[in-house]
Amino acid sequence: MKIKINGEDFMFDHDALTVDELLIVHKIEMPEYVTVQVNEEIIDKDDFASFNIQDGDEVEFLYYMGGGK
Amino acid sequence: MSLSNQQLERYSRHIILKEVGGKGQAKLLNAKVLIIGTGGLGAPAAMYLAAAGIGTIGLVDFDDVDLSNLQRQIIHSTKDVGKPKVLSGQETIYEMNPDVEVVTYQEWIKADNIRDIIKDRDYDFIIDGTDNFPAKFLINDACVLAGKPFSHAGIIRFNGQTMTYVPGQGPCYRCIFKNPPPPDAVPTCRQAGVIGVMGGIIGTLQASEAIKYILGVGSLLNGYLLTYDALKMEFRKVKIAQRKSCPVCGDNPGIHQLEDYEQAHCELK
Repeated sequence: MKIKINGEDFMFDHDALTVDELLIVHKIEMPEYVTVQVNEEIIDKDDFASFNIQDGDEVEFLYYMGGGK
Repeated sequence: MSLSNQQLERYSRHIILKEVGGKGQAKLLNAKVLIIGTGGLGAPAAMYLAAAGIGTIGLVDFDDVDLSNLQRQIIHSTKDVGKPKVLSGQETIYEMNPDVEVVTYQEWIKADNIRDIIKDRDYDFIIDGTDNFPAKFLINDACVLAGKPFSHAGIIRFNGQTMTYVPGQGPCYRCIFKNPPPPDAVPTCRQAGVIGVMGGIIGTLQASEAIKYILGVGSLLNGYLLTYDALKMEFRKVKIAQRKSCPVCGDNPGIHQLEDYEQAHCELK
């Protein structure tokens, strides 16, 4: 399947991936601290194991940014 | 409110803009903006808002100016090291523009004082220029509960992000980041470093949002998270939906009172 991650195209040898699986396959560091949005809908962490990402989906990994001073 | 001859000249490049004009400039002169944190983000935001003639600027910061601040916190100078940041900021602004009244709050924001600070002058818009998650979540919750618009921002290394909250018009910070990360899980500028210009870029975007909100022109970053990567020289404007289950602005919010989150001690300074 082909999906967009943070605006860039990526190919995966899977028909679908759960959010948890994508976090591993896409090698996200510190996955417990990332917010995941799929097709403009924020996915609850409780649903990471069950929510399926499919061909054509647009995924955004959003990161905490704490600095400012 | 009529503008003096000096004001007509000082703000002439504003007044000539059809989106501003004399009427818009008068709005800016009557406006009140609260800037929480007088550092990397707050310094440039405060300076541009002061130059723009925002009539009342509130500065909140407990810290004193440190030599290591001067690489980016351009409102402070070498002579200010050791001085409270809010006083140093106030002096700089008074030298820039005598039209501006600067109200100083030399304290850390907490659950038990943030409402009073926002209410003190009934600020129109709030800028989050803080450097830690307890403060960022507190500002979000206080603004959502008080129905005040604010600009969130964060900067680290070569990256920055900002979003604008407008009551009833899109998501809040908690819609994206439901809860603060555990203390020490995510590094701060102090631990990870930040390129000096980043506060200037993102803080100036925050000042632009405040000015547009006051003037009532253009589109704001409500409903979007703008991210900036200086190494790639890339901006991305990511559309964000309101989270129905958001604990503070959702359909059935669980948060009705402010609370202080814990912060690793080393991050407090």
